[in-house]
Amino acid sequence: MTNETRMVAAIENGTVIDHIPSEKLFAIVRLLRLEELGRHKVFIGYNLDSQLMGSKSIIKVSDRYFTDAELNQLSVVAPNVTLCIIRGYKVTEKKRVALPDTLRGIVRCNNPKCITNNEPMPTLFHHTTGSQVLRCHYCDKEQNISEVKLI
Amino acid sequence: MPRNLVGIDALTRDKILYLLDMAREFELRPNRKLLDGRIVATLFFEPSTRTRLSFETAANRLGAKVIGFTDPKVTSSTKGETLKDTILMVGNYADVIVMRHYLEGAALYASEVSPVPVINAGDGAHQHPTQTMLDLYTIRQTQGTLENLNICLVGDLRYGRTVHSLLMAMRHFNPTFHFVAPPSLAMPDEYKEYCREYGIHYEEHEEFSEAIIAQSDILYMTRVQRERFSDLMEYERVKDVYILRRDMLREAKTNMRILHPLPRVNEIHVDVDDDPHAYYFQQARNGIYARQAIICDVLGLTLEDIRHD
Repeated sequence: MTNETRMVAAIENGTVIDHIPSEKLFAIVRLLRLEELGRHKVFIGYNLDSQLMGSKSIIKVSDRYFTDAELNQLSVVAPNVTLCIIRGYKVTEKKRVALPDTLRGIVRCNNPKCITNNEPMPTLFHHTTGSQVLRCHYCDKEQNISEVKLI
Repeated sequence: MPRNLVGIDALTRDKILYLLDMAREFELRPNRKLLDGRIVATLFFEPSTRTRLSFETAANRLGAKVIGFTDPKVTSSTKGETLKDTILMVGNYADVIVMRHYLEGAALYASEVSPVPVINAGDGAHQHPTQTMLDLYTIRQTQGTLENLNICLVGDLRYGRTVHSLLMAMRHFNPTFHFVAPPSLAMPDEYKEYCREYGIHYEEHEEFSEAIIAQSDILYMTRVQRERFSDLMEYERVKDVYILRRDMLREAKTNMRILHPLPRVNEIHVDVDDDPHAYYFQQARNGIYARQAIICDVLGLTLEDIRHD
């Protein structure tokens, strides 16, 4: 663990999301709805030095374990983050995120004539494992994962 | 969960043939009181006179009553009502909803929230499955089969929703397609990819020649629309190239029929109308039978019910 990562307070129990590209940090904060967590302590390290990535960010959330469905959403913006489950100050599990088959209410359709851009309703996209393309459930327009815009 | 018809891709080969058999019963005898006491709602968020008249004629010939609107300007959607609210409201009144909308995916969403069946009568540039069903009906009616036919698509193949849906539906029947269009209106790559995926043989042509017409069983004409062109010079250059004239039909096979989704502007010269190959007005009439079958099917009536009526 680098000195800078250590600067972000250690947590006794909870979830650490590491290796976040710094420009994606706030998108991930939004996706996990961290501002709605209430009493949970959240530590955020932004623009830390990383040998691997140049600049990275890290989020530590105490006393909160996310479901796989919640965590897999992160793969839309940051497919290479590392997840650590912490219990008693120790890493008990390490995970990667995987793009799920369906994405509901996360990504905006890039077709301005799609019903989802004109009606108060959640978007829905389908994804085939191994492909880089998301297909809108409603208008069938396809878009590349690297070009998605979040809601 | 109600039965719906939202997209042609959701229909299996067997289901397509079943619906065509049902439509055939209505061609033999169109006036039946199968839907006496039922109410069909036609919600046209975008005007389309021919499609609406066709659906309303189909409903009337089945003995149903029709409610609805023909112009979105007079509805509450202009007051900001959501599509969902409109559908839930009308779902209280009618037994089936026929919907035309300018937004893509609107029909699928309506079918997800509606308590009654939804029939897509066109959602933007996306799908128009009842048009495809009447095209298939007409092809089978004139050729005796849907199998192994040589189908020539002419005109605007880029934006033409009807040709895309027809291509998808024909994947079950081993067709050969000829795509005749200017480069700016050529068949999009995604549909050519679709052809390769399903083993559909196709050839592309820029020239609209007598030789291609001579090979065809079906000549499917579409309108080259001025508003599709960003470059009006390009429009002027191609607008008269994809016009069918009677003298181009000299080598045509006797079984060949000319189809067009209508409205026609000038892409089929009026002198073709009296040619025995012309079939676009009969094609429009088949829309009634195809839509009668689809309305009955989503309401749970079977081919047996109709044969024993």
